[in-house]
Amino acid sequence: MNTPPLLEVKALKVHFPVETSLFSRTRHFVRAVDDVSFTVAPGETVGLVGESGCGKTTLGRAVIRLVEPTGGQILFAGEDLGSLNRATLRSRRRQFQMIFQDPYASLNPRARVENIIADALDIHHLVASPTERRQRVEKLLEDVGLHPSHAQRYPHEFSGGQRQRIGIARALAVEPRLIVCDEPVSALDVSVQAQIVNLLRDLQQEHHMAYLFVAHDLAVVRHISHRILVMYLGRLVEAGDARAVCQSPRHPYTQALISAVPIVDPDSKRRRIILAGDVPSPIHPPGGCPFHPRCPVAEPRCQTEVPAWREIAPGRHVACHLAQ
Amino acid sequence: MPLLEINNLQIDFGRGLNALRAVDGVSLALEPGKTLCVVGESGSGKSVTALSIARLLATPPAVYAGGEILLENRDVLRMPAAELRQIRGGLVSYVFQEAGASLNPVFRIGNQIREALQLHRPEAATNAEIIRLLKLVGIPAPESRMRCYPHELSGGMQQRVMIAMALAPQPKLLVADEPTTALDVTIQAQIIELLVRLRQQLGMAILLITHNLGIVGDIADEVAVMYAGQIVETAPARALLLRPLHPYTRALINSVPRLDSTAGRLATIAGAVPRLGAFPSGCRFHPRCPIARPECSQSPPALVEVEPGRRVRCPFWNQPAANPSTLDPLIPGPTT
Repeated sequence: MNTPPLLEVKALKVHFPVETSLFSRTRHFVRAVDDVSFTVAPGETVGLVGESGCGKTTLGRAVIRLVEPTGGQILFAGEDLGSLNRATLRSRRRQFQMIFQDPYASLNPRARVENIIADALDIHHLVASPTERRQRVEKLLEDVGLHPSHAQRYPHEFSGGQRQRIGIARALAVEPRLIVCDEPVSALDVSVQAQIVNLLRDLQQEHHMAYLFVAHDLAVVRHISHRILVMYLGRLVEAGDARAVCQSPRHPYTQALISAVPIVDPDSKRRRIILAGDVPSPIHPPGGCPFHPRCPVAEPRCQTEVPAWREIAPGRHVACHLAQ
Repeated sequence: MPLLEINNLQIDFGRGLNALRAVDGVSLALEPGKTLCVVGESGSGKSVTALSIARLLATPPAVYAGGEILLENRDVLRMPAAELRQIRGGLVSYVFQEAGASLNPVFRIGNQIREALQLHRPEAATNAEIIRLLKLVGIPAPESRMRCYPHELSGGMQQRVMIAMALAPQPKLLVADEPTTALDVTIQAQIIELLVRLRQQLGMAILLITHNLGIVGDIADEVAVMYAGQIVETAPARALLLRPLHPYTRALINSVPRLDSTAGRLATIAGAVPRLGAFPSGCRFHPRCPIARPECSQSPPALVEVEPGRRVRCPFWNQPAANPSTLDPLIPGPTT
């Protein structure tokens, strides 16, 4: 893709200090995001996959400055978001919105749907009159598959899938160019997941916004993404075209993630790679390759040498000593 | 003799004119040492059915309106309180969806397991037994982990502790209500593998409640699919996954995202699960069904045995679909 990227993230770092003891001399840091670089083109969906605790949510929030990065650069349409003051950043927020994981926690229970959606319109002064405001909300509700009359209801009157549609309508209201979707379907039933994923695809075709789609389930990510980034312990371990990553994963971690995807076919001959244990603590990440303690093919050098982020084919990056 | 036999179970919420029937005529049977998966969307009544096995529903609002639940031939619904206490956590124990919410945050996990032991196997309430249980569920360094508080453990480890606690009284039936739903796919695979191993090792039966048909193939012997308070299909797991008969089962299977398919629209089920008290007339699935006919809204279909071991609540299960593309049964393809 030769178009200039909509979002360009360069060597992004987000470190959180950890309180140890009151008199402790050394300060420890959780390296939630450590030296991550990637781009998102206009209208593109980039999937970001990893287990809980790998830093994918923090990364998603950091690229739109909901958490302050510790280092690195975020260029949105060529402009460095880190250099903006509060007022300017606020006006830029119209261009990037977020959809949250938990549709029960992310909607104000005491606000009517109309006000939940129209808040963003008010903040950015996008509507001139109450009539226009109501019409915009009704149009948005229809766009996400709800009924205009739902505008006067409260969030508790809706099911999880319907609430997530309200969250999507809220993000769409200001016509953003990028939406960060943070696990938008993982709290939903499988059948409802499919509805929401399809809705996001349809909306993208209509409005041409880009998505950064954060999730732990590769099968869902595969269905919506053009490219996939795989994250482990704050670092990217693999990136590439969605089909290529799923059909021929090069990093052993990606291979394990793929083998963990539940499949219906009882005669499937696939080999399960069940990763032992959990993601290690990001406060004291293992030396060398951070994945080596759980890696089924680790070699001695993996314990000492940090693998470089290499481009092994055009558009295909892997951080593994053994990947060809 | 089945370990668990549920016959024509009916559960209402509310009384009299306000009664809403959440479970309507559910019958299930589970042999010792086998695994039965109950599958359905939120609101299908699967969790209510699971909770009723040890009479765990709060009454009121719930009312056991009819039917019987036989555990080793004793009817749970007509059992005196003292006997019920022995059964709860003894013969049948539970693992719930959110382990973090089920564990008591202010007690060390070892002591929470000890409590389960003291209630049902007081002679075994020792550190050695707690360590053995933690080891059994695959918790590394159990000697030190038993002194942890729940918040010090990850979601997957918390679920393992819950399973250890459920295993403490050596139950014959483990009811697992969406045990992997809040977990990552990698940890989900670990927990399912653990349940399969424990079943083989300990010979207990498992009743697993899930909304994801993708995990059924790894663990189930039998499957019951629930919709709007009723069972719509029961079958051996393999047969059901290879050749689902009820249009709802087919739609559920097709909505599982697959890695090997070309990226594109996912198959969905139009609409949403009907609300309790607002079930459609006739077949409850007909407003969402791709092969519905006018008569489907008239008379409620019965659950009929159509092949040995397979029962389906749809008289048109073997009729061609009006729109075949939405109904193609899963064609097994190559997987990575």
